[in-house]
This record gives sequence, structure tokens and C-alpha cells, in this order.
Amino acid sequence: MAIMTIRDAILQTLHAEMERDPNIMLLGEDVVGGNGTAGGPEAIGGIWGTSGGLYAKFGPDRVIDTPISESAIVGAAAGAALAGKRPVAELMFADFVGVSLDQIWNQIAKFRYMFGGKTKCPAVIRLIYGAGMNTAAQHSQSVYAMLTAMPGLKVVLPATPADAKGLLTEALRGDDPVMFFEHKAMYGVKGEVPEGDHRQRFGEARMVREGGDVTIVACGRMVNFSEKAADKLAADGIGCDLIDLRTTSPLDEEAILDSVEATGRLVVVDESPPRCSLAADICALVATKGFTSLKAPPELITGPHSPIPFARELERAWVPSPQKIEAAVRRVLAR
Amino acid sequence: MQLSRDELLGAYRRMATIRQFEERLHDEIKTGEIAGFTHLYAGQEAVAVGVCDHLSLDDMIVSTHRGHGHCIAKGCDVKGMMQEIFGKAGGLCKGRGGSMHIADLSVGMLGANGIVGGGAPQAVGAALAAKLDGKGRVAIAFSGDGACNQGTTFEAMNMAVVTKAPAIFVFENNHYSEHTGDAYAVGTSKDIASRAEAFGMRAWRANGCDYFDTYETMRELLDYVRAGNGPAAIELDTERFYGHFEGDPQRYRGKGEVDRLRGERDCLKAFRARVGEAKLLDAAELDAIDAEVAALIDASVTEARAAPAPDPATVAEDVYVDYY
Repeated sequence: MAIMTIRDAILQTLHAEMERDPNIMLLGEDVVGGNGTAGGPEAIGGIWGTSGGLYAKFGPDRVIDTPISESAIVGAAAGAALAGKRPVAELMFADFVGVSLDQIWNQIAKFRYMFGGKTKCPAVIRLIYGAGMNTAAQHSQSVYAMLTAMPGLKVVLPATPADAKGLLTEALRGDDPVMFFEHKAMYGVKGEVPEGDHRQRFGEARMVREGGDVTIVACGRMVNFSEKAADKLAADGIGCDLIDLRTTSPLDEEAILDSVEATGRLVVVDESPPRCSLAADICALVATKGFTSLKAPPELITGPHSPIPFARELERAWVPSPQKIEAAVRRVLAR
Repeated sequence: MQLSRDELLGAYRRMATIRQFEERLHDEIKTGEIAGFTHLYAGQEAVAVGVCDHLSLDDMIVSTHRGHGHCIAKGCDVKGMMQEIFGKAGGLCKGRGGSMHIADLSVGMLGANGIVGGGAPQAVGAALAAKLDGKGRVAIAFSGDGACNQGTTFEAMNMAVVTKAPAIFVFENNHYSEHTGDAYAVGTSKDIASRAEAFGMRAWRANGCDYFDTYETMRELLDYVRAGNGPAAIELDTERFYGHFEGDPQRYRGKGEVDRLRGERDCLKAFRARVGEAKLLDAAELDAIDAEVAALIDASVTEARAAPAPDPATVAEDVYVDYY
């Protein structure tokens, strides 16, 4: 085991997988950086620090800086995947999925089904998402619920360095399109990462801790926040089952239903507005398949039904927090 | 030169306001007080002011993520902008938008935009609205050499041509799409305006570091558009004195590049030299404007710093006009 950040886990996985598979290509805005400038290629190495050294090692045919043209970036990934390659396209901010949505929604997600199962489109779209850095309404969103709703896409949200490696490796070796979400405020999160080959199957949630009193379901950065809440609650003798979904499509229904069967109480934490959200989806799952397990109405901890604001005070009010999660657990136990 | 003394003084004041606003932000951001992303406009002042000096409050502009200069040139309140950037309740957008999302429709500023290429289609729509009203108003889309590569920009140009919309595409070529050079990212990097011509509209080219060249070229362009000839475009060759965003280490810059640009391509220095040589304004008058602008910027920062933060309880307000 090596200790590293999520950023380095992603960077090292890209290096390792691109060495292993010559069909993997990377494309996106400033993934090289500095092309056409006095500083030259790799003056940046990717603005998130997740593509340094790739250009020097794999060259301009496999590590491709693109113009600011998100439709073309994602569309090119779709075409390259149909042509037998394994493109990794980076959307510098997940919000830019709006610019490229047709290529994801009407194209990549639907090829296999529309074409009668005769094609595969193993494109990996890396989406840098999330609030917490005051990047305001168009650079802070967590669009995973919208993409989870689209049949044909797999949606992945690592919350640890080990899962960043395991899930990205799995994405790069699988044959389906994968929406790979990286939280911009989590790149510096450190943890143990298995050496060598490490694949994490999709659809297998991670039981972060078992406590037996209440089930907390979360993904991405909300797992981290839920752990903080669970620590506080543990000091008061309240035990939480904390489930990190890892992937929202496919969804590990069994892990959720088994835990709720034992605890009878559910809190879902989702860094999204509430309507048609992941939280609502999980709640519907438990209501329809685990109704008799429930001892209290579930609590959904989401942002409000509004865009994400800029000012620190407003953004803090918008994003779910460890305090809000803790309070929700106490509420659901009090009923 | 057809500009009056007052017009010259006003143009200088607006350019100096943008410059000092941005240079002060550059310093303030280092204190950590200002959150989020801030993209500074310093170096490009002659573009915003040379374009907007032809516009009335009824004319409309759509801006970019690098929008402070456009806001000031179009008449947005400097103190309201500063409060917005500091994330305060009294900001132009109540602290909800921040640096990237400043708008003030009362002065025809339809919004800065965090999405590269997001604005150009909106300018076409605003131009169609102006055409429908029949009062001779125009709408301007500011786009960079980055946005000129977005499909939205292409679609907007074609749609403006086929609808004969009084839309003007101002391409500010500062030679960097974020951290990548235009020589790499723009297939027609030597001539972005040719793209507009390919879509069937007339295009002009001018030195975007020269207020007078920008202003005079825009006069000709606007006469053409206001005469009902449909859309037009202009490419303005300009320079970005700071990074893509504040905090950008700018490793892509050449050695001494920014110093050279500030020495050779500073629109404010060029303006002072030009009006001095022509004996139109003397240095003392311009110095006095600099001092007045400095006092305004200083007051705007002091007030913004002291201003109340937004009430967290208001976080979900303003999503709709009517709640039912």
C-alpha cells in the first residue's frame, strides 16, 4: 500500500493504463497546457494536476490538447470509441456537460441500444464537479443525478484514493461509456492505495462503517462529510451504517436495503438540489422495496432548489454539511 | 481625430477605472478575502471602452468570464461590482453571482458568463429583439479567441446573418485560450475575423491595444449595422496582462513577456502619448483623473469590505419571479 492523494491516484492510473493499453487516448482543454505558447507543451500539465508527464511519455497523438469546444471534445471521444479506441475526455468543469450534452445523452448513451447491441462505446468522460470553492453557479454543480437518469451510462464517483485508482482502472478496461466524477475539493484527500493491478467492480458499494442505529447513504464528498458526522454521533453512542455508493449507475441496491433492514432508519446525503435527485431516487428505492423495514420517514439532506450561489455565506448555506447530516440523524432517530 | 475634449477625458477615465479596478483586485485577492475565480481584464481596456463608447444605455452587450472591463465600460456601478466580487449582499447581484456573473440590465449589460461561448447566441436574440423594436439598437457579443472555437459561436454567427440581426461579434484576441496559445488552438489564428466573413458578414480588424484605432473602426462598423445591413464582426488584437485566473502561475509565458507587453502594448500609455503629442490633453489632467479613479477604487474596496454579507436564509430566494 502506498499513501497518496486522489489527484496522484488518478494521474498514476492514467500513466499505468496508457502504458498497458496503446488504445487509450486523453483529450481535453489544457490537459497538456501551454501548447502554442512560449512556455511550450506541458507548461501546465493539466489544470487539476491529473495529466502531468503524459504528453512527454505518450506524445501528441494520444494526449491531445483541444480548443475550448466541449461538444467537439465529447463528440470526438464518442467517435474515437466507435472506431476502436479508448478515449478519456476531460471536462474541466462538470458544468460544461451542458455545452456537450447532446453528445453524451443522445449519442454516447444510446449507441449500443440503438444499434441493436452491435457496437460498444468505451469512452470515459472525466467530469470535475462539486461545490466548496466558491466557483458559483456555472462551475460548482454535481450533475451526476442527471447523468444517472440516462440509460446507457455508467456513473462513478470515487471518494477515496484507492477507489479513484480501482474505479478508473475498471472504467478503462470495461466496454461501456463511463461518466467519471472527480470532486474538485477532494483532489488533496490522502489515503492508502493498493499497489499493482487494482480494479474495483462497479455496483459494489463500500460499507465505510457499521453502527446499526441508522443508515447513511452518500457518494463523493458527501461520504467524507458523513464520516465527520458519524464520528460526532459515535461520541454520543449513536452508531451509523455509512454506505459509500461508489457508483450511482449501476446502483448497489442490496447494500442499501440490507442496511436499512437492520437499522430501520435512513438518511441520504446528496450534493444536489432535491428534485429528481439521487437522494429522491434512493428514497424511492427504499420506499418501494424496503418499506416494511422503515421505523421512521427517511431524511434527505440535499442543497435547496436553487442554483449554487457565489458568496461564502450563501454557498455554505447551500451545501450539505457534517452539522446538517448530524442533525438529520438525530431527527430520524427521534421519530 | 473627431473626439471632443470631454469625450477624450471620459474615455481615459473609463480605461483608467478598469485598469485600477483590476490591479487593485490583483492585490486584494492575495489577502484571501475574495473567494472563487477572478479573471482580470487589464491590458484589454481599449477594447471594452473603444466599443462601448459608441453605445447608449439602450444598446446591449453580453460579456464573458473576463467581464469586469465590459461592465465598467457599459456603465455598471463600480461600487456595486466591487461588493459583488467581495460576495456582499449589496453587490450588483446580491453576492449570488460573483466576479464571473455580473449583470445589470438597467445599463444594457446582459451578463458576464462562466461558460465560454455561452454569450454569442444570446446577443443574436437581443439583436432580434432590437430589430423587432425598430429603434436602431444593437447587441454586441464579446468573445475571446477561446470562444471563437465554440459551436455556439458558429451557430450564432450564421443565425445572425440569416436573420439580418443587428448583432456585432467582437472577437477580443488576447492570444490565450486559458493556458493555450491561439497559434495552437485557433485554426485561423492569424485571422479570426475571416471566420465571420465565411459566415457571410462583413468584418473589420483593428488594434485592440489602441483606443483610437478601436474607436474609429467601431464607428464605421456601427454605422454599417445601424443602417440595417445586418450583423458585423470585428477582431481586436489585444493583450492579457495577468493570468487566465488569479493564481495562475503562468508557466506558459515567455521570459519577460508580460513586462514587454506592459512596455509596448499598454493602451493607457499609448493613449497618453497620443493625446500628449497632439496637444489635446495635458498630463496633469490625466494625472488628476488617475487620482480621482484611485479614490473611487479605494472607497469601493473599503465599502465592500465593511458591507454586510448576504443572509444565509436567503439562499433559495430569487429562483423564480412567481412562486406558485
